[in-house]
Amino acid sequence: MKTVKAQFGFRGGIHPQYHKDLTADLPIERLPLPRTLAVSMSQHLGAPAKCLVKKGDAVAKGQLIGERNGFISAPVHAPAAGTVTAVEPRQGPTGGWADAVVIETAEDPSGAPVLMPPLDWKTASREELLARVNDAGICGMGGAGFPSAVKLAPPPDKHCEYLILNGAECEPYLTGDCRTMIERADRIRLGVEIMRKILAGPAVRIAVEANKLASIAALEKAFADIEGNVEIVVLPTLYPQGSEKHQIYACTKRLVPPGALPISVGCVVENVGTVAALADAVENGVPLTERVTTVSGDGVARPCNVLAPVGTSYADLVAFAGGEKDGVRKVISGGPMMGFNVPSLQIATTKTTSGLLLFTAASVFQYSSSPCINCGSCVRACPMQLNPAYISRAVEANDIAMAEGFGVMNCLECGACSFSCPAYRDVTQFCRRAKASIRAKAAAKAAKK
Amino acid sequence: MLPKQTGERYLLSSSPHAHARRTVSSLMLDVLVALLPAFCCAVYFFGRRALFLAGTCIAACLVTEALCRLAMKRENTIGDLSAVLTGLLLALNLPPDLPLWMAAVGGVFAIGICKQAFGGLGYNPFNPALAARAFMLISFTGPMTTWTASAWQISAGGMDAATTATPLAFIKKGAEGFDWSQAALLKDLFFGNVNGCLGETSALALLIGACYLLCRRTITWHIPFAFIGTVFLFAMVEGGVPPLVHVLSGGVVLGACFMATDYVTSPITAKGKLIFGCGCGLVTMLIRTAPTGAYPEGVSFSILIMNAITPLINRYTQPKVFGK
Repeated sequence: MKTVKAQFGFRGGIHPQYHKDLTADLPIERLPLPRTLAVSMSQHLGAPAKCLVKKGDAVAKGQLIGERNGFISAPVHAPAAGTVTAVEPRQGPTGGWADAVVIETAEDPSGAPVLMPPLDWKTASREELLARVNDAGICGMGGAGFPSAVKLAPPPDKHCEYLILNGAECEPYLTGDCRTMIERADRIRLGVEIMRKILAGPAVRIAVEANKLASIAALEKAFADIEGNVEIVVLPTLYPQGSEKHQIYACTKRLVPPGALPISVGCVVENVGTVAALADAVENGVPLTERVTTVSGDGVARPCNVLAPVGTSYADLVAFAGGEKDGVRKVISGGPMMGFNVPSLQIATTKTTSGLLLFTAASVFQYSSSPCINCGSCVRACPMQLNPAYISRAVEANDIAMAEGFGVMNCLECGACSFSCPAYRDVTQFCRRAKASIRAKAAAKAAKK
Repeated sequence: MLPKQTGERYLLSSSPHAHARRTVSSLMLDVLVALLPAFCCAVYFFGRRALFLAGTCIAACLVTEALCRLAMKRENTIGDLSAVLTGLLLALNLPPDLPLWMAAVGGVFAIGICKQAFGGLGYNPFNPALAARAFMLISFTGPMTTWTASAWQISAGGMDAATTATPLAFIKKGAEGFDWSQAALLKDLFFGNVNGCLGETSALALLIGACYLLCRRTITWHIPFAFIGTVFLFAMVEGGVPPLVHVLSGGVVLGACFMATDYVTSPITAKGKLIFGCGCGLVTMLIRTAPTGAYPEGVSFSILIMNAITPLINRYTQPKVFGK
């Protein structure tokens, strides 16, 4: 094991104000069990799970309440014992609506939690381990929440040469992964060993941004005596360093072609929190039903890192963080660059809720856009090396085909272009609109056939 | 139908929710600040004339901008400071003795015809200040090429005389036997003791401003480097007047650092900027050295010509997508 500096940087990127000092040194705190949980059947991108319970049912902690429903899908478990009071559509953090199981948690749970039998990863077969990852509902806890079982079972013609652990956490404010690496480094190590077995022994690269020295030190200690090809890669602090494609490039100099998955260049990328959850699922038989969420921003009385069950309402998280302060004007689920703005605190967390940010008027900017002055800030900021200025102008003129010609489908929606635009143009938003429009058109075409 | 969400008391917007907080007016202000040393030099060398000319140009630009926006029923944009910048740049491109009414006409033309007629900031194909200067050069040829405010002293090299010509006009005449490489001449050119437009006398003052813009990342190095580098190389190959004399005289530094770098009318990518800068340098030197041409200086025209082919450069220098 050794620690190396990333050799291959990407062009572009931005340096936002990070505000990580608000919570980076605060240990993860466990949230007291909330009275109600609303567990969405749509925890991540891909097909929602199929609900297995109905109103009035009693559920035990860890009980399966939603089963995998399609290829890119993962099961959902009850985060706590209690009674199902409703199964109804609820708005999720991303703004979409999906069925949610509302559980009134029992104050004094009589039944024991339903756990899966612990597995000894050294003796268990690859198939058993993979089945466990699937059964425990493990999915990416960094961004989109791609089900891990799908990632860990590459098609037979592909071989995983590099397992990359994403500990970049490049979004401002968020410190959940940073704290997980400090407090659960041994768990991450166990997860790495299990994943290495499932993927038939790839080299391991743990990618961490240079602004997380404590995390790097903790990982170095935990991984000191690990065998095999393992390296901690220290990435320069630059947004969006956490992007899968850019991390693969930083660690291996391989370029993922447009539209392709990381496995096409022999890489699997998994978030550090996910790896720790995977270790829990295998060694303790615990399904993924809780996660660390950073509650921060200048509208929160006591910023903190909270370990909360999936389905906790934002209102409960904010109450735990000392409540609102100074007149909150904006609530963001996730980080400020790619997070979703939510209309109220009546929204529940999912497996992908990495942060909950409350901003007062001082941190919220309201603006009006002016015409593009061709300054090229967005072109220099774009990590995908697109021309956001031209894309935005094409979309403004309703010429989606031209935007497609400029490669808008490669856009990560990282927000670097809008961030740096002096004319305050909605550059990212224009790209998003073009992508949605192109996808809708393709879907309509497919439906016709 | 989906249930209605309650308690909507927060602002809603689509990500990102953070901004670098740099604005168009702050960029324009950067350039204005960067032009201060050159403007101070102009005041030092030409006195009140410089103040009057700059004041007239800026006022004409601001009034025209406001009236055009009013006539077009669009929001007032004088707050973005681009009209102030156009006015100041135009003034720095005028000879010190120009009648003020002509300067005012130039300001009106720059904003009214070259900028607002195309839709305002962001839509103009040509640099407004330079297009106005070209217009004035044709309309007021005499006053635009008369340099009487200060006498340029050439004391060395056997030509002990005061001249009211600019160094470039002197070159064009072909001053046989004149020692172009003498240190005194280079010193005059560098510190500004020469005849010329308000802003093109002291290269030092302009370079200080350019450094400020580079440090603030308001401009990138590509265009100034390519422009000045091409002028230098061309002069070296041509073998006439020493390359440094060409670089330091006339509007090369002003043009390369402040006019060619105008965002709206120059290419958007780094590669495009390099091509643009090289083109500017090449055309400048062709005009300066062509034995058949009448103009001693070619910076304004070279930038305007390159402005015209900027869309073409942009088309062929699109960035390559990461991963392709």
